[in-house]
Amino acid sequence: MSRLAVAILLALLCSHALAVIETYEFSSEFLEARYYQLSQELRCPKCQNQNIADSNAPIARDLRALLHRQLEAGASDDEILAFMVERYGEFVRYRPDVNSQTAVLWYFPVGAVGLGLLMLGLHLYRRRGATVSDAPTEAQLAGMREALDELSRGRKP
Amino acid sequence: MGRFRLFLPLIAFGLLAVFLYRGLSLDPTALPSALVDKQFPDFALPTLASDVPTRRDDLIVGPALVNVWATWCYSCRVEHPFLVELAERGIPIIGLNYKDEPTKARQWLAELGDPYQHNISDTEGVLGLDLGVYGAPETYVVDGAGNIRYRHVGVVDQGVWEAHLADWFSAEE
Repeated sequence: MSRLAVAILLALLCSHALAVIETYEFSSEFLEARYYQLSQELRCPKCQNQNIADSNAPIARDLRALLHRQLEAGASDDEILAFMVERYGEFVRYRPDVNSQTAVLWYFPVGAVGLGLLMLGLHLYRRRGATVSDAPTEAQLAGMREALDELSRGRKP
Repeated sequence: MGRFRLFLPLIAFGLLAVFLYRGLSLDPTALPSALVDKQFPDFALPTLASDVPTRRDDLIVGPALVNVWATWCYSCRVEHPFLVELAERGIPIIGLNYKDEPTKARQWLAELGDPYQHNISDTEGVLGLDLGVYGAPETYVVDGAGNIRYRHVGVVDQGVWEAHLADWFSAEE
């Protein structure tokens, strides 16, 4: 059974290898690493929830070829991203710059988690007082024990 | 305060409903061109009529529509009759034959009619890249000063024409 599970897991991992569509020759490993980094980070304009590394769309293939050409021509990451944004808009970047337009995108999640933690803290702080005052007194506990004893005695004649 | 808290879930539901309802009518694939209000990019490309490289200023005189099409593009065939109709109404349309074979493109125009004033032949997709084209058909509005004012991705039909394009050509009609 566990062998089957391992086999299934391995089969699932293969999908990642299939995602690579064509291969390019790079003059250095450094360029190749940047190619993978950038192709993961650039969004395919046609199939909007894929990066250009994973997409089969013709435009993604064109953009990968362009990325390869630009890297080999010695363009910097910033230059390449600026080139893409100029043509396809800020949309093509999965990691857009922080500016007034993208501030909500960057800071809202942090703010929401912060607000959540704050409310949780406030709630717990309030409840701490309540639990203390709601706890039964020794006298009440003794009464409950007595009642329980009486009940159990009554059941077993 | 106590009573108000009772209504909080209702208010939250209301807000969410408004957002989701709005989402129903939004087109997530609508992507404004990054070149809106910028100059149409310069190029030097042959046309379907001649192999001599021609530049932007010789071909694109606005206001005009620039229509990106190709023979491999199924939707372009759907769109074509409406473009012919627009051309008959006197709307200037310039074609950008995108990553296509000129012979096939010329054959298409001979068969289906030619609504285009000129056809830029962009076999490698160079101008397409500079324009930010990501799939045919796309239609750009270029104004009298040579600036891109609007882009529509997908088939142009009477509805799209009336909603987004006609206003730029009101003087012509």
